[in-house]
Amino acid sequence: MVVKWNVGALKRTQWHEYLVRFALGGGITALTGWLGEKWGPIVGGLFLAFPAIFPASATLLEKHQTEKKRRAGIAHTMRGRDAAALDARGAVMGALGGMAFALIVWKLLPHMGAVSTLSLALGCWFGVSSVVWYVRKHHPWSRPRTARSVTRS
Amino acid sequence: MVKPMLIRFLIGGTVVTVFSVLADVLRPKGFAGLFSAAPSVALATLTLAVTHEGAGYAALEARSMLAGEVALVVYALCCVYFLRVRHRRSAVIALSMLGVWAVVAALLYLEALR
Repeated sequence: MVVKWNVGALKRTQWHEYLVRFALGGGITALTGWLGEKWGPIVGGLFLAFPAIFPASATLLEKHQTEKKRRAGIAHTMRGRDAAALDARGAVMGALGGMAFALIVWKLLPHMGAVSTLSLALGCWFGVSSVVWYVRKHHPWSRPRTARSVTRS
Repeated sequence: MVKPMLIRFLIGGTVVTVFSVLADVLRPKGFAGLFSAAPSVALATLTLAVTHEGAGYAALEARSMLAGEVALVVYALCCVYFLRVRHRRSAVIALSMLGVWAVVAALLYLEALR
């Protein structure tokens, strides 16, 4: 499966939905800084992995999918919740990449420049997350049980 | 006090919005989900921490972030279960499971970081 851009998807998102995400992201970043000042970097650091984007993105995803189905004449659908579950599954893989990000910053930042360490860590986050996603997507175990049995026979 | 907080708020908000725009435009949706757990807050906070407090301080934050990411994996797995299997509402699950994140993060702090 090829990864694609769908810029048209931006039209479905209203400006106030981006404002909510901006406020949440800004709020969590400010809170992390405040916690670090008050209780030190060990407590503040925990909040660097606080799920800041997921609640907003999952809620909006369910809303958009439910509206799409409603426009198609389907009143009761679980499609929105399934789409949010798919987003959550992606978040698991993103968090595994986040571990690689944190490990690289922890070990390399005192010895390398900040820009190069953070760039390398970001690249590793994307690399690890994408590889986990790809393996999960293409591994025979990830296929539905019926599809697997058909392939075997 | 207010000015550094405002700068943090603006930088954090911008980075998080950029990642969430990427999550909106990328397909398939499962791949876009990776960006729901992107280290956007970390990127903004660690950049500011290196500038103001030094590399040692930021490295210590990153060590704690590792424990936070473990809590994030548990949080997201709980969300998958309640959304996919139990078909609960996204907003309710995503917000109530923040308690799970907090408990796992607190346990890891008490056992491994303190």
